[in-house]
Amino acid sequence: MSPDLLLAAAIVAGTPILFAALGELLAERAGVINLGLEGTMLVGAVSGFIVAAETGSIWLGVVGSALSGALFGLAFAFLTITLRMNQIVTGLGFTILGGGLSAYFGSGYVGRPLPVSMARPDLGTLADVPFLGVALFRQDFLVYIVLALAIGISFYIYRTRQGLVLRALGNSPDVLDMLGMNVTALRYLYVGLGTALAGIGGAYLSLVTTPTWIENMTAGRGWIALALVIFASWRPLWLMFGACLFGLVEALRFRMQIGEGASTIDPHFLSMLPYAATVLVLVLISGARARMNAPVALGTAYDRESR
Amino acid sequence: MKETKHQLLRAVLLAGAAVLAFPLTAAAQDLKAAMIYVGPVGDAGWTYRHDVARQCIEEQGVETAYVETVPETPDVVNVQNDFLSQGYDMIFATAFGYQPFTQQVAQANPDKHFFGITPTIAPADNILNFYGKLWDGRYLTGLVAGAMTESNKIGFVAAQPIPTVIAGLNAFTLGARAVNPDVTVEVVWTLSWYDPAAEKQAATALVEGGADVIAQHQDTPSAVIGASEKGAWAIGSESDMTAFAPERVLTGTVWDWCPFYSKAVEMVRDGSFAPGEFYGGLDDGTVSLAPLNSAVPADVATQVKDAQAAIIAGELDYWAGPIVSNEGNEVVAAGATLGIADINGMNWLVEGVSGSLPN
Repeated sequence: MSPDLLLAAAIVAGTPILFAALGELLAERAGVINLGLEGTMLVGAVSGFIVAAETGSIWLGVVGSALSGALFGLAFAFLTITLRMNQIVTGLGFTILGGGLSAYFGSGYVGRPLPVSMARPDLGTLADVPFLGVALFRQDFLVYIVLALAIGISFYIYRTRQGLVLRALGNSPDVLDMLGMNVTALRYLYVGLGTALAGIGGAYLSLVTTPTWIENMTAGRGWIALALVIFASWRPLWLMFGACLFGLVEALRFRMQIGEGASTIDPHFLSMLPYAATVLVLVLISGARARMNAPVALGTAYDRESR
Repeated sequence: MKETKHQLLRAVLLAGAAVLAFPLTAAAQDLKAAMIYVGPVGDAGWTYRHDVARQCIEEQGVETAYVETVPETPDVVNVQNDFLSQGYDMIFATAFGYQPFTQQVAQANPDKHFFGITPTIAPADNILNFYGKLWDGRYLTGLVAGAMTESNKIGFVAAQPIPTVIAGLNAFTLGARAVNPDVTVEVVWTLSWYDPAAEKQAATALVEGGADVIAQHQDTPSAVIGASEKGAWAIGSESDMTAFAPERVLTGTVWDWCPFYSKAVEMVRDGSFAPGEFYGGLDDGTVSLAPLNSAVPADVATQVKDAQAAIIAGELDYWAGPIVSNEGNEVVAAGATLGIADINGMNWLVEGVSGSLPN
C-alpha cells in the first residue's frame, strides 16, 4: 500500500462528495437546508450520462448535469422558499423523487458503456514530482475544478461583499430585506447554484468514476456530503479536507484488506466510520450551534409578514 | 385498420373454437406468472437477468407482470396476495429472504405454484426453490485467471461473506491453482451488492497491490471497469460484461434463468410440478461463460472446454478432498467431497485465498 496511490484514490473518492457538499454549503449558508442532495446527485448523474452518450461530448454531459441539477433544485426552491413548505420534509421527498426520476429517464441507458472519457491535463514536470506527482498532479480536470471551487467559494464567502450578503442571508434575512435586497431571489440563486454543483457531483460518478449509468449509483454519497457540511461547520476549506478524509476512509476500507499486512479490523467497522465521525461532530456541536458556525436562520422559510 | 379488425375477429373465433374444443388445454395456455424482484430491473445484474427470463417466458405465451424493489419484509405477503387476486397462477419470488412470507401465502393457496431462491428454509407442498451451481462457472473462470496471471496474484472483489459468494470464491481459487499452483487470490469485501464507486475503488486497490487479474462477485460492472483502466485483466459476473472493457475482459460467469423459468411453466402446464429444490448449472445453461477474450491462448480455451464437459459429465469433481482451508484446517478429508448442503453452509476460505471472512 503506497501512500501516494492511497492519497490519489482518496482524492478521486472524495471529489463527487466535495462537489455535492460545496453545493449544499451554498444553500445552507443562504438559510435553506436541502436534504434532497442524494436525489439531486442522481438526477445529475443520469442527465450527465444521457447528454454525454447522445452527444459524444463529456463536457456537454457535465453542463447538462449542472443544468438539470439546478432545475431540480429550483423546483425544490419553489416549494420551500415561495410556498414556504417544510424544508426537511420537502428535501426528503426530493431524495425519493430524484431516485425515481433518474431511474425512469435512465432506464434505456442502463449498462451502456460511455464512448468518451474525461481527459487528464498534462501537467508536465509537476506529474513527476515525488509523492505529489502521483497523488495530486495526475488527476482528471474535474478534480482540479472542484479544488479551485472550494478555494474560490471560501474566498467569496469571507472576502467579498456578496459573500457577506450570503452570510447574512442565512443568519438574518430580515436585515437584508430591510436594506432593500430581495431575499427570495437570492435564496433561489444559491439553491440553484448549489444543486447545479450537486448535479455535477453525481455526474462525476456516472461520467468519470465508473463511466456507466446504474440506478441508485450514488449509494448514499449525498447523505455523506450533507453530513460533511456539518462536519466542516459550514467552512469550504474544511470541507475540502473533510472530503479528502472521507475519501481516505473509502480508499482504506479496501486497501487494509490486502496483502501480508492485512488488517484484522472488520471491514464492517471501517465502512461505518464516516457516519460515526459525523454523529460525533453533531454531538459536539449540538450544544454550541452558534459557535460552530451554523447559519442561524437555517431551515426556516423567510416570511416578511411574521418578522 | 381493416386488416387488424380481421385479425382480431379471427383471433376471437379461434379462441372461441379452442375453448369449445379443448377446454382444459386452453385453460392451461392461459397461464399468468408474476415476478417479485428485490432490486430494480435496471441493476444490470441479478434482477435484470430475472427480468430477461420473464420476457423469455412471455414469448412462450405466458402473461407476466412484475414488481421491482420489494424489500424482504412482510410486504411481500401483500404483493403476492394482490397478484393472486388478479388471477396469477405462478409466483416467482426472486430473493432468498422472501421465503417465510412466500410460505404463508403458499399454504393459504394450495392450488397455486410458487418459486423462490434456495437454500430452502420455509418449505411448502407448492413451493419449488431454485438456484444455479454458480461455483462450477467460477471454477472455469479460475482456470482462465490462473493461466493468464503473470504476477501470480489475482484479485477478487466480493460483495457479502455469504455461502454462495464464498463457494464461488473457493471454486475460483481451486480452478486458478489447478493450472498454476503458485497463485494466491486476494479477496476484498465491499459489504455491498450495489455500490459502483466502491467496487471500482476495490478493484483499483487490488491492482495497486500487485494483482493483474481481477474477478468479482458484485451486481455491477464497476470492478471490471476499474481493472481495465489500470491495465489488468478482468473477469465479469452475473451478466456478460465484455462490452464494458472489450480489450480487457477475459470471460465471466453469466446467469440465464430462461431454462428454469421455461421448465417451471412446462411443469405447471403438464402437471408434473413437484416441490423441493432445483439447481441449474452448466448442463442446462443456467450458468454459462461469457465469450473468451481472443488473448486467451488456444490451449487454455481447450482446457476450459474440456473441464466444462467433464463437470457436466460428472467426471470432474474439484470439491473432492483433501482440501485445506487457508487457516490450515482440513475441511474436506481425502476421499470425501461436498454436496449442495455443505456448499450452502460454507464458512471457510480455501488454501490460496489471502484474506479472511469478516465476522
